[in-house]
Amino acid sequence: MKPLLEIDDVSVHFPLRQGFMQPGLTLRAVENVTLSLQRGKTLAIVGESGSGKSTLGYSVAGLRKPTSGAIRLNPQRQSERGSGGIQMIFQDPFSALDPRMMVEDIVAEPLRLGETAFARKERRAKVAEVLEQVGLPADAANRYPHQFSGGQRQRIAIARALIGDPELIVCDEPLSALDVSIQSKILNLMDDIREKYGISYFFISHDFGVVRHIADQVAVLYLGRIMEVASADDIFSKPSHPYTQALFEAVPRIGRGRRQKGHALKGEIPTPLNPPSGCVFHTRCPRARENCAKVRPKLEPAPGRPGQLAACHYKD
Amino acid sequence: MGFVANTLRLNAEAQTAPLLSVDDLTVSFPTKGGGHNAVVTGLSYQIAQSETLGVVGESGCGKTMTSLSLMGLVPGRGRVTGRIGFEGRDLLQQSEKQWRDLRGREVAMIFQEPMTAMNPVMSVGQQIAEVLKVHEGLGQRDSLDRAIDLLKAVGIPSPAQRARDFPHQLSGGMRQRAMIAMALACRPKLLVADEPTTALDVTIQAQILDLIIELQEETGMAVQFITHNLAVVSELAHKILVMYAGRGVEYATSEQLFDQPLHPYTQGLIQTLPDPDRKVDRLHVIHGSLRVQPAQGCRFASRCPLASDECRAAEPILREVAPGHFVACVKVN
Repeated sequence: MKPLLEIDDVSVHFPLRQGFMQPGLTLRAVENVTLSLQRGKTLAIVGESGSGKSTLGYSVAGLRKPTSGAIRLNPQRQSERGSGGIQMIFQDPFSALDPRMMVEDIVAEPLRLGETAFARKERRAKVAEVLEQVGLPADAANRYPHQFSGGQRQRIAIARALIGDPELIVCDEPLSALDVSIQSKILNLMDDIREKYGISYFFISHDFGVVRHIADQVAVLYLGRIMEVASADDIFSKPSHPYTQALFEAVPRIGRGRRQKGHALKGEIPTPLNPPSGCVFHTRCPRARENCAKVRPKLEPAPGRPGQLAACHYKD
Repeated sequence: MGFVANTLRLNAEAQTAPLLSVDDLTVSFPTKGGGHNAVVTGLSYQIAQSETLGVVGESGCGKTMTSLSLMGLVPGRGRVTGRIGFEGRDLLQQSEKQWRDLRGREVAMIFQEPMTAMNPVMSVGQQIAEVLKVHEGLGQRDSLDRAIDLLKAVGIPSPAQRARDFPHQLSGGMRQRAMIAMALACRPKLLVADEPTTALDVTIQAQILDLIIELQEETGMAVQFITHNLAVVSELAHKILVMYAGRGVEYATSEQLFDQPLHPYTQGLIQTLPDPDRKVDRLHVIHGSLRVQPAQGCRFASRCPLASDECRAAEPILREVAPGHFVACVKVN
């Protein structure tokens, strides 16, 4: 069976105009990314800011056309309601909802864009159904976004995504604006929805605790390129790429005691306008040798683990 | 006032008076009806020299107001009562002039978003130099030289060039380093850090935490580190104060708090964090929300799995249940 989502050698470039008569620059946000996502599973994209993870998410959601390559969705359900297909949840639930619209209109908006026209009564019923599904009271429909807390707003955003009966939801850091005690509730809700509706998530996050919990597959991005991609179990138990290892090491954890100095990854992510030669990570890599600056490593299986791919000459 | 007596005894045992001693701090704002609404209530804690206190809580728990009151920066019509003892004097009794002398020189603060905390139309070097001109009376050239030294000390590459940059030209991590350089310009005795790493990537966060620890070891400054992230404080703080709805609910050393969290809220916060090293089927949740608070009794009662009538009767205050371990819960023996 075909995977639900296929990302085939996708690159996203942004041409930047300099001045008159000066050559333009190209910002390479995403470079030759190939990924696939199975039905009902969650693919997490992790990386630092500037790694291109949001750009890739926007392209998957159809909000940004790739410069080259193809993104294919192989839907199975014939969606009778709304636009179906792909929906998106954003990071900041305060700016993602129109403050002048009532919750009912916000949640029902995907229905207006679909092929099927809905009578007002039917529309109301559907809104009530999804609001209940995300754990909001029925009277929420007649209120405005400012009357809700951050967690409740994120529930409204999830309800809006659900109403079109999507098979894939692109989630761009959906929890990072929320308090910790709210995060776990929203995560549990997303778990439930995935199970009940057979939805897949394309889940962009920088929180490794969250990724460990929700992801089946994990792809690590650096300067728009995949450094490592594997099942969550493999990558968390034995990260192969030095960048993945450094990222995991940097995550603060309870129970390690006061931090030991000197383990932090040095430097910052370079500019995607002028990425380093060879392996793009070599400027910060503790394992870098001479050929790393010259030869770009291919994404290949880690020794003894055929399902775990890493782009490194000296992978574990 | 068993709590105060106990802490006094503890301090006497330690043989050193703490640098900062906050007693019964309350911050309130006038309400429309003519009353006052307290956002911080009866908070007491100490920080010694070279010590880091982590203040942990969710949005709206009063942690930012607590730090602003240390700086004399509670906005507008906010009313601050209690005592903030700093090297033997009470900061709350100071004149505005005395506050101005203190801020930046003895107590300095760094913020979550350096982009909004820095002046966008002044070069980074000039902003740091300004602190030195005001507090140490240095001239233009000397202060700028010192600013460049400071930028170097916080690990900014090519500091002389960066000093000429404006804040928007630096990356988030570099801006945070520049703000730390500014805060440390006069070698303050106390650094108040309000979520300084929340907007940063984990790799950059690790660098900034290392930098704070390194500078603390070098200068012996005390640090009050405010965050919502328990894992961050667990790697940084010697002592931790957990706040809920304006109250301190648990106060202990870092080891005590993570080995044996006693308050149901602290326990909930720890359990609710998804663990990068272990996968569970279902995440623990704390029911209800901070918005729903009972009119009297324990503020956490409406969300607490252990709550009983006893909890709703009177508000528990922090009491010492083991040496140095304070908790505000009637269910803890």
